Amino acid sequence: MSELFYDAAPNATRVAPARPAPRAYPAKPTEVTLFGTCVLDLFFPEAGLDAIRLLEREGIRVHFPQQQSCCGQPAWTSGYADEARDVARSQLTVLDNGLPVVVPSGSCAGMFRQHYREVFAEEPATLKRVEDLASRTFELTEFLLHVCKVEWRDLGQPTQVALHTSCSARREMNTHLHARELLGKLDKVERLDHDHESECCGFGGTFSVRMPEVSGAMVLDKTRALRNSGAVEMVTADGGCLLNINGALDKQKQAFRGRHLASFLWERISGEGAS
Amino acid sequence: MSQRIPVTELTSSFRGRATDALADSQLRTNFRVAMDSLMQKRSDAFPDEDEREGLRELGNQIKARALSRLPDLLEQLEAKLTENGVHVHWAETTEEANRIVHTIIESKQGSQVVKGKSMVSEEMEMNDYLAERDIECLESDMGEYIVQLDGEKPSHIIMPAIHKNRRQVSKLFHNKLGVDETDDVNELIQIGRRTLRKKFLEADVGVSGVNFAIAETGTLLLVENEGNGRMSTTVPPVHVAVTGIEKVVANLRDVVPLLSLLTRSALGQPITTYVNMISGPRKADELDGPEEVHLVLLDNGRSGAFADAQLRQTLNCIRCGACMNHCPVYTRVGGHTYGEVYPGPIGKIVTPHMVGLDHVPDHPSASSLCGACGEVCPVKIPIPELLQRLRQENVKSPEEPPVVKGSGAKYSRKERALWRIWATLNSRPSLYKGLLWAATRFGKLTPGKLGPWTDNHTAPIPARRSLHDLAKAHLNAQTKSGGQP
Repeated sequence: MSELFYDAAPNATRVAPARPAPRAYPAKPTEVTLFGTCVLDLFFPEAGLDAIRLLEREGIRVHFPQQQSCCGQPAWTSGYADEARDVARSQLTVLDNGLPVVVPSGSCAGMFRQHYREVFAEEPATLKRVEDLASRTFELTEFLLHVCKVEWRDLGQPTQVALHTSCSARREMNTHLHARELLGKLDKVERLDHDHESECCGFGGTFSVRMPEVSGAMVLDKTRALRNSGAVEMVTADGGCLLNINGALDKQKQAFRGRHLASFLWERISGEGAS
Repeated sequence: MSQRIPVTELTSSFRGRATDALADSQLRTNFRVAMDSLMQKRSDAFPDEDEREGLRELGNQIKARALSRLPDLLEQLEAKLTENGVHVHWAETTEEANRIVHTIIESKQGSQVVKGKSMVSEEMEMNDYLAERDIECLESDMGEYIVQLDGEKPSHIIMPAIHKNRRQVSKLFHNKLGVDETDDVNELIQIGRRTLRKKFLEADVGVSGVNFAIAETGTLLLVENEGNGRMSTTVPPVHVAVTGIEKVVANLRDVVPLLSLLTRSALGQPITTYVNMISGPRKADELDGPEEVHLVLLDNGRSGAFADAQLRQTLNCIRCGACMNHCPVYTRVGGHTYGEVYPGPIGKIVTPHMVGLDHVPDHPSASSLCGACGEVCPVKIPIPELLQRLRQENVKSPEEPPVVKGSGAKYSRKERALWRIWATLNSRPSLYKGLLWAATRFGKLTPGKLGPWTDNHTAPIPARRSLHDLAKAHLNAQTKSGGQP
């Protein structure tokens, strides 16, 4: 059927281009930089530490530059481009060491991979560094799966989890596929689907405080769907969603909780109790 | 940073209307059920992901190319239509467009108009304009007919009455038309049709929209599923088509992929029941068709969007409605919450150019930027990116040159100052670490109420030690113990 359209439209611009080639992954490096993200830094630091442990277990030396802060996303999505650019510029400098950058949060990784191009669109001189950073940035699950090619032994008890992936991670980084595949490597973990799985949890950074009524309706639906999935807990690789979903569950006085995927994975393969 | 809005402003704001809509469980069920079904239909209509993505890319390129030649194509369209015997009119504003339509009707001493579905005519509020001049303008699309009967506006650009279920329609027909209530959808449709059939024969003028205006051949292409479009454009002696200037495409070959994208993205149809290609008035040897055909080309802010390379992408839109079907905000609050003709994600990016950002200051913020709209857009409009851009325009200071009409509506010195402080804290490592130190040390002092955040959540308590702190300790220990674990 597709051929019909293209035959009917023979000139050059009408040749449907193939979809972008899947990302070519490098061989496993010996050293990486971890960009911890501001949300993990303040609210889920253990998850960041578990990300470091997961990487170290693969024989990788992890650097955590103490000068790092935030990727600049909150200001960028709020329309404060100059303020976002200042912060982005400082992070470009911090991460300018040529090492792969691993980010335990899809939306921040997406900021480096996709949106810094928009942030610095008017600065051709900076764009080179932006492209360099983009090419070196990996979301944690993507890195573990495709660069480290992890093979794990699941040391935990049988359990069932629901997986939530942030929208930007899903749409910009295919994180849902990576996380699913990683969970699939744990033979005693069953991943349960939940209703409207691909739908946003309602966080959206400042959206959650600018439009609290709509955002609240979204997170209420999301927490219901997660609880109704039959899973014991929710796992996610994004700090923003985790802050939103756990904060809402707490407000609703529900016992059900979400956990960062890095902590869940580390617990399963290290045999340590919840850290 | 967001302020609580006073109750008095609630009903006139997006947030106020959203709050009402969210409390209406019938409305929410109607939308959720309908949108779920539409998402499934679209998904089923594109079984081959590669074909879908190739086609979207193609659609994007065709529209981008057409827009890059917009002035030329519009001139070509006018010349070709004129050659075909169609009268072409240009309108910069909706007021001008209404005046043109009214003048045409007046010249025929017309008093009855029957209208096929047209969002541009909604933009013009043509029904009201003509009613004030004693001209009856009847909607002939079933959904439009229902909302007109109830004195409402469409809540969706493809399915205007999607906010109502069959029982609500039945009650409406009973109250307005005096017919018995019925739960049978087919019977409801027949009731509407019987009323409308008579009107088609009586009308002096038929009005329609246009899906694609083809420059090379001077053809107006109109898709529809009810046959009312064909009736409106062929039965009355005069046909007036109204459309936005962005609907022009180069040639018929360009239409093939666009049409496929439109019908599959909108309702999951391989093609609509009717595809009308109108190329002029009735010729001497023809048995039917209107004696006169007019086209009104409306700008209404479109040239403003056209002038900016990024915002121009807004004009790629082929009005399929897929963005609203997939939008988690639209699905929950419905179309009327947007308070304007075009709801949902496309409404949020197109409306500011028409009415000015200052009239819809909450539109750019009413999104979590989840990206569902951009993912399904058949012509790949980067809607989240454009929303982000409009947020920038929204908070611009009045001294900066405006790019979008009414920009700077959300400018606040206080908020800008706060973001400045935020930027300073986050771009100077020593300050950021000072902030971490304070937050982790005094985290327990976090107040129980944190503005609107604590409407839906408990207040987040910062951890006792930051990741900066934990990572440093951990990595130091690793180095001491010999580096590798």
